[in-house]
Amino acid sequence: MGIPQFLVHNKKDTVGVIVVEGLKAGTMMSGVNTANNSTLRLKSRMVIPIGHKIALTDIKMGDTVWKYGQDIGKAVADIAKGEHVHVHNLKTKRW
Amino acid sequence: MAKKRKSKLTFQGWRRENGRVGVRNHVIILPLDDISNAACESVGNQIKGTLAIPHAYGRLQFGEDLDLFFRTIIGTGANPNVAAVVVIGIEEGWTQRVVDGIKKTGKPVTGFGIERTGDLNTVAKASRAAKDYLQWASELKREECDISDLWVSTKCGESDTTTGLASCPTVGNMYDKLIPKGITGIFGETSEITGGEHIAKARAISPAIGEKWMKVWQAYEDDVIQAHKTDDLSDSQPTKGNIIGGLTTIEEKALGNLEKIGRKCRYIDVLEPAEAPAKGPGLYYMDTSSAAAECVTLMAAAGYAVHTFPTGQGNIVGNPILPVIKLSANPRTVRTMSEHIDLDVSGILRRELTIPQAGDALIDMVLRTANGRLTSAEALGHREFVLTKLYRSA
Repeated sequence: MGIPQFLVHNKKDTVGVIVVEGLKAGTMMSGVNTANNSTLRLKSRMVIPIGHKIALTDIKMGDTVWKYGQDIGKAVADIAKGEHVHVHNLKTKRW
Repeated sequence: MAKKRKSKLTFQGWRRENGRVGVRNHVIILPLDDISNAACESVGNQIKGTLAIPHAYGRLQFGEDLDLFFRTIIGTGANPNVAAVVVIGIEEGWTQRVVDGIKKTGKPVTGFGIERTGDLNTVAKASRAAKDYLQWASELKREECDISDLWVSTKCGESDTTTGLASCPTVGNMYDKLIPKGITGIFGETSEITGGEHIAKARAISPAIGEKWMKVWQAYEDDVIQAHKTDDLSDSQPTKGNIIGGLTTIEEKALGNLEKIGRKCRYIDVLEPAEAPAKGPGLYYMDTSSAAAECVTLMAAAGYAVHTFPTGQGNIVGNPILPVIKLSANPRTVRTMSEHIDLDVSGILRRELTIPQAGDALIDMVLRTANGRLTSAEALGHREFVLTKLYRSA
């Protein structure tokens, strides 16, 4: 495969990170899980900037969101697979 | 990308009177207090090649805050990147306290009080001392030193998701390789481990040190964060820059931050801010703020000689005496802020560069920096010297 469009830290994760600039909505992307170098395919449902997260699966409001195989907060809205995950739909559990 | 390294890792440094090795040879003009900055800067302008380090404090501090102040100022003068020190203060008592503290290293240091002398005569006397020190230091020779003589600190800044994916793991890989070779390392940023406390605690050398770490984190959480926060921590953690870069929560930020300590090394002690390590070679934790200039200033005061600084969105911090090496994996940052970046590890995101290869490239950059290569922050004149203040002055 060529240069991946997204990377995932851990197989438990429900989000990945876009690592290319200028990603368009509707792109069929290739990704890599960096823990075991396995490859993934995923369609972006919206424009997502480099460094921002994408849902790898449907996430329900109230669900814990996983990255690095760890809890990084809770979804505060339903998030569909392929959608942008950020401050509008993910909140800390800490403060 | 990664250069082939010598099998035996050495660098050319200045071995100081107390045995510590520096990689810079600064003669600094160090103010005791804010009102002595002008005299120090006059001396720095007069004697070319010396470096005045102005700062904002030193008056009417007391208790633990005053102890931290002296530890930071004395530690800065004691750092092996400093050959000699001229101290100027408004009065002679506390000026002498700083001189006596630095003198324990055996390096040349002298102090001047301004009261009953005035700025102009003080500057004249201090300039003569600074000139003598500068000419003396200019003849000191570097010598070949083993990597185990090198103290390497780390702190990341303007983080984004690329720091957790690439630049922080690059520092972690460096520590995994160099800590077994006997270097002394350090990480900190207490507030920024919120969400990864369980991981940080588990990386202590023993359960007792893990408990010591947890107490430090809990005190920060209770006494600082919970005591002063607004409902959203005023968008400070994560910062606005972090959020633009794609980081959403403090938990996510913390997990990326902790990638800096690699996979294998364990920290052997938990230090107060600006406290010098005393348990020999190994990795240490220091209780610091996550603000870049404050944290780097505290690590310099603890005696570190080279700093590695992963950044995502492009933090540009430097330090007067501690060379700060910037590495970034964010291709946009590397492209738009190239003058600030010493090591581009964006190839990790493209899967063109592995983390072990990037770790080797960073070790190479650390050694080149130790041997005298100026960092981007040094070339651009970044000399942020920012004291950590624990509470209001009297």
